[in-house]
Amino acid sequence: MSDLLQAHEVDFYEASARERIAGILDSGSFREFIGPEQRAMSPHLPQFNLTGAFDDGIVVGSGKLAGRAVFIAAQEGRFLGGAFGEVHGAKLVGLLRAARDQAGKGGPRAVLLLLDTGGVRLQEANAGELSISETINAIIEARLAGVAVVALIGGRSGAFGGGGIVTACCSRIIVSQHARIGVSGPEVIETNKGVEEFDSKDRALVWRITGGRTRALLGGADRYVRDRVKDFRAAAIDLITTTPPFTAAMLAAEQRRLADRLQRYGACRDSTDIWHKAGLPDPDRIDDISEDAFLAVPRLPGADHDAR
Amino acid sequence: MERFEIRGTAARRVPGDRRQAITGVNASGNLEVLVERVLPGNECVVEVATTITGFRDLWQAVIEDFFERCAPGGLRFSINDGGARPDVVTLRLMQGARLMEGGE
Repeated sequence: MSDLLQAHEVDFYEASARERIAGILDSGSFREFIGPEQRAMSPHLPQFNLTGAFDDGIVVGSGKLAGRAVFIAAQEGRFLGGAFGEVHGAKLVGLLRAARDQAGKGGPRAVLLLLDTGGVRLQEANAGELSISETINAIIEARLAGVAVVALIGGRSGAFGGGGIVTACCSRIIVSQHARIGVSGPEVIETNKGVEEFDSKDRALVWRITGGRTRALLGGADRYVRDRVKDFRAAAIDLITTTPPFTAAMLAAEQRRLADRLQRYGACRDSTDIWHKAGLPDPDRIDDISEDAFLAVPRLPGADHDAR
Repeated sequence: MERFEIRGTAARRVPGDRRQAITGVNASGNLEVLVERVLPGNECVVEVATTITGFRDLWQAVIEDFFERCAPGGLRFSINDGGARPDVVTLRLMQGARLMEGGE
């Protein structure tokens, strides 16, 4: 960490997992669980002649957010694309289960998930897939126990594959313009369906479909922030205190919202078609306008919701 | 993948009481360095795990130069390397040694 730039002043996109945690939490409050000195590393990667990471690409621990106890996990998107492996996933699942078990007994009010992942690590695919399933299960259990699980997305790997599903299971989602959320990534769609269906080299298209602005306007994310760690921090402080209880009625409402959205916009081929149909101002330039101008754009009807 | 370690004796013991530090990321052209204050006296060691094989002589030269310049006595450096160039290796080692001179 540079002495010249305080942790919360840095760009979220450029920061490492550890720098993000340092800037999101109250200064000096972070306590890491299973730190790099314990060398809890992947047993699978050496079989593929790959060197690992001392923290297996994810930093987990506890800390304070505006004085409130929280747990936090941050994936390092530059190590193997932030992908889920066996140890990596086990650290995340353990954190979420600890939050569940301590709920109402002085445990954390929320778990912050700084996801930055392409999905499952191909070198340990089965273990990675299992860890995604366990993570989803652990998020639901933590939410049922009254713990808010908030996803913060704005790294270079986005949140794809199982990481996209994990994101959608969270209580709240915070994104920046850089954020991309999806299940099948652009290259995967192009490989399977052809370049006519999706041109993964068309960066503008990729962001129009999966990017933070589109997700925020459609209600696929709850809060859009500028790409600064301190803006993610401010949004997280706000959201962990306003997350409603997780109930069956909420899920039913979310189902209705999605069905309604599909009916309204299901025939659209691109997000700009949706913006035209919804009557947004200057619909063709949504991805080109300044951050200030974008923050003033109204979200689509039904996008503000407690359903997730 | 190749693993080896390079030992040395530094001109001084690094001041401060910080137990450990980590810097860098194991990514293409980059490396992560975990530094721990675990060695007695002025001993120092760098343990290397690298995906690129056949450059042990170059590592040896870079690390011995680092021992000479930074005198990191008492420290163990553990590296996971993703094919970093020698200048990046030197930079990360120096960052790690510098972090250990600060407080927790």
